[in-house]
Amino acid sequence: MARQFNIRNQTGFTVIAIGCFVALYLPIIVLVAFSFNANTSLGNWGGFSLQWYAKAWSNEAVIDATLRSLQIAVVAAIFSTTAATMAALATTRTEGYRGLMLKYAFLNVPLMIPEIVTAVALLIFFAQVKIWTGYTGLGYLMAAHTAFCIPFAYLPIRARLEGMDLTLERAAADLYATPWKAFRYITLPLLWPGILAGLMLAFVISLDDVVITNFVKSAGQETLPTYMLGQLRRTITPEMNAISTVFLLLSIGVVAIFFFVTNKKT
Amino acid sequence: MPNAAAIIESERKRDVRTRWYLSAPALIIILLAAVGPMAIVLVYSFLTPGPYGDVAWKFSAEGWFNVFVERDIFDNTLSLADAHVSILWRSIKLSLLTTVLTLLIGFPTAYFIATRSEKSRELWLFLITIPFWTNLLIRTFAILEVIRNEGLINTILLEAGIISAPLQILFTDTAIVTGMVYVYLPLMVLPLYASLEKLDFRLIEAGYDLYATPSRVLRKIIIPLVKPGMVAGSILVFIPALGAYVSPSILGGGKNMMLGNLIELQFGQGRNWPLGSALSITLMLIVMTALIAYVRNAAKTGAGHG
Repeated sequence: MARQFNIRNQTGFTVIAIGCFVALYLPIIVLVAFSFNANTSLGNWGGFSLQWYAKAWSNEAVIDATLRSLQIAVVAAIFSTTAATMAALATTRTEGYRGLMLKYAFLNVPLMIPEIVTAVALLIFFAQVKIWTGYTGLGYLMAAHTAFCIPFAYLPIRARLEGMDLTLERAAADLYATPWKAFRYITLPLLWPGILAGLMLAFVISLDDVVITNFVKSAGQETLPTYMLGQLRRTITPEMNAISTVFLLLSIGVVAIFFFVTNKKT
Repeated sequence: MPNAAAIIESERKRDVRTRWYLSAPALIIILLAAVGPMAIVLVYSFLTPGPYGDVAWKFSAEGWFNVFVERDIFDNTLSLADAHVSILWRSIKLSLLTTVLTLLIGFPTAYFIATRSEKSRELWLFLITIPFWTNLLIRTFAILEVIRNEGLINTILLEAGIISAPLQILFTDTAIVTGMVYVYLPLMVLPLYASLEKLDFRLIEAGYDLYATPSRVLRKIIIPLVKPGMVAGSILVFIPALGAYVSPSILGGGKNMMLGNLIELQFGQGRNWPLGSALSITLMLIVMTALIAYVRNAAKTGAGHG
């Protein structure tokens, strides 16, 4: 039999695509591999070792920055997801009303403004607020992170809500459920996968942020990404590879949960 | 007694009111920590720089003036602000280059994914999404490890005896573009895939039946149908690339600045907040122009196919 001519193929496309996947993963694999290098020099392999992990673990600045990052990410994820859930309830399952378009626009603003511009804007604004109030704590970073996480948390929640109609809530209302009870026992359980997905997304987005944090942070408020940015501009040791590897695992873990949660609905 | 219409009307009003209460927290947070500060930046761009950073509350157009021209400190003559204009130009050039490269690599990749079986498609797509969710800084670091003088490429080439001295890739425009292509590629592939997935492959079959060559099918059938995805992907890559800060500051070093670094400089050592603000607004304006062009284009093509 003659070989089947596959009309879907385009000359060279498969080669480029495979090359693209290799190019996407090779640098990350190299990065992870060299975190186990016994040698200081990145260029040559000196055998397997966990010394850089031990070094990172005993580096107070790293642990300190990691804990701060997690703290900010948890707060930002919870607040942004709560606000996004409420906003999603307010902007879906409606025939439309005055101001709805404005709300959509507002909820998308943080996605459209270049990060560096938001960073500068917040630097100026918070500098003033710091003078007025005298408060210099982590609250500024948490507020900034909450704001730019809202659009990300909003997306999966809104998507989930759009797939739900109002029949069940109406049935509950017919059975004399108060709006709160209908929400608590009908809407919330159905919406839960969307909320969880939003929470995960917001957490990862907050954890990864470097530009806005770098501008908004006060002295001594390094997060893990800003600490790494500072280190990357100096001499790099495999300790950075070790930190990156742990960070990668954390992100991938959260994303895996995200995929698990979003795919369960289908 | 109120009639049915009145009850429905008051019920609708109550519903809208509840919806405003519900959306209030999100709107207020975004107003305070995203939209509002933008207005402050606009105001600051018209003020006088303070001696130690910050501003003096005195109107001045100098900030905007300095975006394009500079005043000689000795004889007050004006000249084109070469440094700023060349950085602005470099930002646009590198972002466009990044967009084109991601399109050239991303299109075949998205096409490849879209033509796999339903099952394996999910896996390929997942492989594209993972890097997208991993830290931008770590991915930039990964590229740094590959291209630096003691990095992967140079080590291999040196060992193989192809070169005798390491190639200086780091701290060049090539390094910045490589980093940005690597980091923003998923942003191109995902919308392209969304478009390609909807492609009716019977049209391609029809093209071949009518003796079209593969490249003709690509040019006359596939590309016109996937154009919305190409435009969306290009916008998604171009906007963050133009405002990129991490890639140029790690891979470009101090000399090869982009707009993002120039803005940072004004708020750091430069101590010229009004100029930094004016540059930020300039960046915003370019982004807005790109977005508006995109929305217009989308509306037009939508109407064309409608």
